[in-house]
Amino acid sequence: MLETGIRLHGTALEEEDFKTHRVFYTTDIPKLQYAWDCGVAMGHYLKGLKQGKLLGTYCKKCKRTVIPPRVFCELCFRNMDKWVELKDTGIVNTFSICYVTWDMKKLIYPEIPAVIEIDGASKGKGILHLLAEVDPKQVKLGMKVKAVWKPKSEREGSILDIKYFKPI
Amino acid sequence: MNQNVAIIGIGYTVPKPKTPEVSYKEMTYLAAQMAYKEAKISPKEVESFVTAAEDLHEGTSIFDEYTPDQLGAVQKPMHTVSGDGIQGIIAAALQIMTGAFDLIVVEGHSKASNIVTPTYVLNYALDPVINRPLNINPHYIAGLEMRAYMQDSKTSEEDVANVVAHNLTRAALNKLAPYGAKISPKKVLSSEPLFEPIRKLHMPQTSDAAYVVVLASERIAKKKVKPVWISGMSFCSDSPTLETRDWTTSISTQIAAEKAYQQAGIKNPAAEIDVFEIDDSFGYKQLQHLEALKVYEKGKAKNIFENGDKQKLSTRVNPSGGTLGVGWMHEATGLHKVLEVVSQLKGKKGKAQIKKAKVGLAQAWRGLPTTTCAVVILKNQK
Amino acid sequence: MKLRKVAVVGAGITKFVRRAQETAKELSYHATKMALDSCNMPLEEIDSVVHGTAPDAFDGVHMKGEYLSEASGGWRKPFMRSYVGGGTGVFAPINGWYLVASGMYDTCVVVCEEKMSSCQPHPQGAFLTIFDHTTERPLGPNLLWIFALEMNRYMQVHKIPREQIALVSVKNKRNALDHPSAQLGAELTVEDVMNSEIMAWPVTRLMVSPTSDGAAAVVLASEEVAKKITDNPVWISGVGWNLDTAYWTNRDLYYPEYVEKAARMAYKMAGIKNPREEINVVEPYDPFAYKELHHLEGLLLADKGQAPRITAEGITARDGKMPSCPSGGLLGVGNPIAAAGMMKICELFWQLRGEAGKRQVKNSPRTGLAQAWGDLMQVGTVVIMQRGD
Repeated sequence: MLETGIRLHGTALEEEDFKTHRVFYTTDIPKLQYAWDCGVAMGHYLKGLKQGKLLGTYCKKCKRTVIPPRVFCELCFRNMDKWVELKDTGIVNTFSICYVTWDMKKLIYPEIPAVIEIDGASKGKGILHLLAEVDPKQVKLGMKVKAVWKPKSEREGSILDIKYFKPI
Repeated sequence: MNQNVAIIGIGYTVPKPKTPEVSYKEMTYLAAQMAYKEAKISPKEVESFVTAAEDLHEGTSIFDEYTPDQLGAVQKPMHTVSGDGIQGIIAAALQIMTGAFDLIVVEGHSKASNIVTPTYVLNYALDPVINRPLNINPHYIAGLEMRAYMQDSKTSEEDVANVVAHNLTRAALNKLAPYGAKISPKKVLSSEPLFEPIRKLHMPQTSDAAYVVVLASERIAKKKVKPVWISGMSFCSDSPTLETRDWTTSISTQIAAEKAYQQAGIKNPAAEIDVFEIDDSFGYKQLQHLEALKVYEKGKAKNIFENGDKQKLSTRVNPSGGTLGVGWMHEATGLHKVLEVVSQLKGKKGKAQIKKAKVGLAQAWRGLPTTTCAVVILKNQK
Repeated sequence: MKLRKVAVVGAGITKFVRRAQETAKELSYHATKMALDSCNMPLEEIDSVVHGTAPDAFDGVHMKGEYLSEASGGWRKPFMRSYVGGGTGVFAPINGWYLVASGMYDTCVVVCEEKMSSCQPHPQGAFLTIFDHTTERPLGPNLLWIFALEMNRYMQVHKIPREQIALVSVKNKRNALDHPSAQLGAELTVEDVMNSEIMAWPVTRLMVSPTSDGAAAVVLASEEVAKKITDNPVWISGVGWNLDTAYWTNRDLYYPEYVEKAARMAYKMAGIKNPREEINVVEPYDPFAYKELHHLEGLLLADKGQAPRITAEGITARDGKMPSCPSGGLLGVGNPIAAAGMMKICELFWQLRGEAGKRQVKNSPRTGLAQAWGDLMQVGTVVIMQRGD
């Protein structure tokens, strides 16, 4: 039985309860650090980014080229057949205009995350990145965009070697 | 058990201290290919998948997001168990026992080498209000338990050093054990004190590896070559609270083992089980667990090395070299033990082979600061 | 093959609040205790315990399941924590179902808890770490992104106006006014929802469920035991779950295929051939307003792109033909991740027994469906529950 109005456990606290020390709390800032092995596929992908290239892998059985690349095809479960250099252009599959940071602080200039289907990969195969040099109100699904790379000397083998994508 | 379940394939990568050449996905993919080949199945036939993983060992929240692809499990029933791989095997076996599934895959892996601050991660498992602020390296908990166990069971530091030396020495014969070394008990006793009575050589070191286990119902398994049958299984958690737990005995192992023995019809484990692969972290855990498993009476496990070991338990317990020899692999730790037992039951262990091994037991502990244990009993005949 | 029958025989829940004074253990305890007491079940008679809780990063405790085991009645018992991200709250009872259906256990208490408020300055921080550490995390993503990306794709493919999506917020928050656990029950208009602050276009503040602390629990029993405990057991007649690829940028987000597969698995087990006629009450996962619509379609309870229409027509209203989220859902009751999914299971239990008071749906339901969803828009978990007979 759970009727309306029944009193349940659970005591809501307000900011005031903490300020006035009506309730106690402890704090801890975790020191959790990791260094993830990229292995073969991601290692190669990052190397490509450093060289200013977007790399995908191709499965001849499923006839698809995917990005981000993997060494195995998750659908037919065998090794991918070859590496493919893709273009650094694509189309917007979907996007958002984000006005807050991850900890809910207001952004003055909104961020525009988007899934971008990369030219040369199979239809619908995209990556997550940001759009810029565009009026947020002008962004449309299907819009053509191109990667804006960091200068060669600043690239370090990271997804951030692409600063963002912009319309073409 | 009201429905027979068997292991029909196991794939793995060889445990190593570091594995920069592969990502966790690639490592798991290799193990999966090997397991599916042995079981002669395609992942398309698999009806459900289970991964044993903890977020903070992966460095990823909601880690189950990243589990399906490398197993060929896209758009399949798949879930994670935040527990040892043996709990994962039990989760899969229970699904088969419902009658709704015939073929299930269990996966566990370790990329322990990728955790840069492992002690901080471990500390994060302690109570945030009353334990963590003490700000002590959390391995002290093993020191507390070893001290209490030794006192209660009248076991000496020498007895524990014997376990460590014995397991490391035997690990030297195991190609899957990266930490094998001919070491004397004396060397253990003179190694650096860390959390007394815990010394440097008591501490398990970590390894990276991936394991994929294929489980099947009797209907499928009886058509396969050399299935290994699960004849008993259970798991249990005692108190997670440091202040209220029994420090002397692994009660969770005891409760789990009682149920598993009952299912398997085992009355005298020391005589009826041919090979044991059990948790031996910090050395003393092997003794404590042998007593909880009723292989020895309370306080008698130290006798394992005495003259007149008529039952040859010193060779039948942890022939692999145990966790001390193979390495601590977080959630994958128990899966390695299952692999060793299955290999023994198939007669594939070469120099470390226990003759005529027919029944084996794998037991895992979830590690500090937990009290959770899991037990599985395997047989090479139904 | 005939499966062993498993029933829900008791349920318990705490209030859902933004920041609870109670600790994670205390919340778990209260929900567990209430569930056990509701069916006069002493803990000694519980054979197994399942715990569901989402990322450890929220509570700030590693191996959180271990930490919460005692508080969920797991002391010296088989205790299992299963995990499928946001889908956990409806997966945990599936885990409990297979423990009991296996024949190895006769009873199981299933407890879900979340204390998101421990994560400071905002629980959103914990969500940073759900993204791929190599290809996505460096971009500084937040959770709103993926919802906004999915919602936008859904809207644009079907040409759905945002006003129709806003209706879900209005309905659920109004329903929540009658739920004693509710954090955000409110009487609102579509305009209120549309005019609330845009957080990540097309998502506005009132289209988002809150972060919450809370817990909920159910007691499961085998047929034999259930019939001794109650004259009014609610059977778990079908379960399904399904996980899609982690490469979410390679999928078309407009439709949740994995939810459909999970639903088909559950319908098959429950022997349901025509879900739109046979499901009388539904609790789809609604962390964002569009998700209820997206899920009704994935569950095959509406044609693709047509869930907004059936919502506008009142079919999913509490007095409609197929009430959806009569509890108030995550949008109204609150969203302590795993506990929110379990809240839906509890709601079906009360609805099917006719014990939901002012929230009671009017079509005297025989069969209900609860669903949760999670990960990187990737996992669907479905439980079908059936009254008596």
